[in-house]
Amino acid sequence: MALTIIIIASILLFLLFIYNSLITAKIRVSEAFSQIDVQLKRRTDLIPNLVETVKGYATHEKELFEKVTKERTALISAKGTGEKAAANNQLSQTLKSIFAVAENYPDLKASQNFLELAEELSDTENKIAYARQFYNSSVLDFNTKIKTFPNALFAGILNFKEAEFFETSAEEKQPVKVKF
Amino acid sequence: MKTWLIMFLFVIFISTVVYVFSRALGYGLSFVGIALILSGIMSIGSYYYSDKLVLAMSGAKKIEKKDNPELFNTVENLCIGAGLPKPNIYIINDLSPNAFATGRNPNHAVVCVTTGLLQTLNKSELEGVIAHELSHVKNYDTRLMGIVSILVGFVAIISNIFFHSLWFGGGRDSDRESSNSQSIFLIVGVVFAVLSPIAATLIQLAVSRKREFLADASGALLTRYPQGLASALEKISKYPKPLKTANNATAHLFIVNPFKGKDTKQWFSSLFDTHPPVEERIKILRSM
Repeated sequence: MALTIIIIASILLFLLFIYNSLITAKIRVSEAFSQIDVQLKRRTDLIPNLVETVKGYATHEKELFEKVTKERTALISAKGTGEKAAANNQLSQTLKSIFAVAENYPDLKASQNFLELAEELSDTENKIAYARQFYNSSVLDFNTKIKTFPNALFAGILNFKEAEFFETSAEEKQPVKVKF
Repeated sequence: MKTWLIMFLFVIFISTVVYVFSRALGYGLSFVGIALILSGIMSIGSYYYSDKLVLAMSGAKKIEKKDNPELFNTVENLCIGAGLPKPNIYIINDLSPNAFATGRNPNHAVVCVTTGLLQTLNKSELEGVIAHELSHVKNYDTRLMGIVSILVGFVAIISNIFFHSLWFGGGRDSDRESSNSQSIFLIVGVVFAVLSPIAATLIQLAVSRKREFLADASGALLTRYPQGLASALEKISKYPKPLKTANNATAHLFIVNPFKGKDTKQWFSSLFDTHPPVEERIKILRSM
C-alpha cells in the first residue's frame, strides 16, 4: 500500500516539475512577444511625425504617404503573431521607400528634424530585430520543450500548444523598387 | 555544464579534507560549521556589494543616454536580445581597452567599459564585448564565483584552524581510535593543510576559465556574429600597457586579464590564469 502511494506521489511530483518548466517557458514567450509590441508601438508612434516632416519637403509623394499611413493603421490593429509579422514587414518595405525617396530632396536630408527621426527609426528597427530574435529563441525553447521526451507525453494533457515564430517575409529580403 | 562537475568534485575534495582533519584531531565537526559561517560572512559581503565595491575601486563614472548614446543604445539593444533588464552603465577613464560586468543577479547588474575600449573598437567589436559581459550577468557568473570563493575561504580557514590546533597541543585522544591511525591522519592532515588552499585556488581559477569560455559562446549566440568578439579580443590583447586601476581582487572580472606581459605559455603557470589564453579564445570564436 505504501509503495503505491510513493509511486503515485512521485508521478505527481514529476508532473508538477514538467508543468512548471513548461509554464515558465510559455510565460517567457508571451513576455518576449510583448517586448516586440513595445518596439512596434515605438515605431508606429514615430511615423506620423516622419510623414509630416517629409510632406513639408516632398509634396509630390502623396501616394506614398497614403500607403504608409494605411499600413501603419493595419499594424496597430493587427492581432496575433502571424498578422503582426506580416503587417510589420509590409510597413518596413514602405518605410524603405520613403527613405529612398528622401534621397532626392537635399533640403529634407539636411533638416535636423528629419535626421533625428531617421536616427530614431533606425534604432527602433534594431530594437525590433533584437526583440524578434529573443522572441524566436524563446519560442524555440518552448516548442522544443513540449516536443521532447518526457514532456511530450504530458504536454497534450496539460494543454500546451506550439507557439508561432515571428517570420521575416521573403519580400523583405528583396531590394526596394522606387516608383515615381 | 562542466562547471557543475568541477563544483561537485570540489565539494567532494572539501569533504575529504574535512574528514581527514577531524579524524586527525579527534575533534567533532563543530569547528567545520564555524569555519563555513566565517567564510560565508566574509564572502557574502563582497558578493552583495560586488558591484559597488568594484566600481569604487576602479574610479568608474556612471553614464546616461545623452552622455554616450551609441554605447547606451548598444547595451540597451543587446539586453532586449538577451531578455535582460538594462543594467547601469559606467565608464572608466583609461586608455587601456577593457570591460567588465558584475552584479549578483540581472536586476542588480552593472556593465563598465574603458574609454580606451570605446576608442579602439568598431561597432560590431563593441557589440561582441558587451554581449560577452551581458552573458556573464545572464549566466549568474558573479553568484557562482561568489559561492566558489566562499568554499575556497572555507578551506583556507579550516586549514588554518588545523595548524593552530596542532601548535597548541589540541586534539583529544579519542578512546575508540588507536594512536596509530590518529597519527596517520595527522600526517595526511598536515599535507592537506598545506596543499588544500592552493588546490582550492586552482579549482577556483579553473572554474573562472570555464565561465569565460561560456560567456564567449553565449555572447556569440546573442550577436550571431562571433567574428566581432574575435577581432575585439585581437585588438585588446595587442595593447601594451596594463589597466591602471585594476588590482588582483578585480582582475578576474575583466574581459581580458588586465595584467599583461605574462607571455609565458608554460602549462604550470597557465593554471594560475583567471582567463583562458586569448589565442585559444579567438581560435574558438573564429571557427564557430
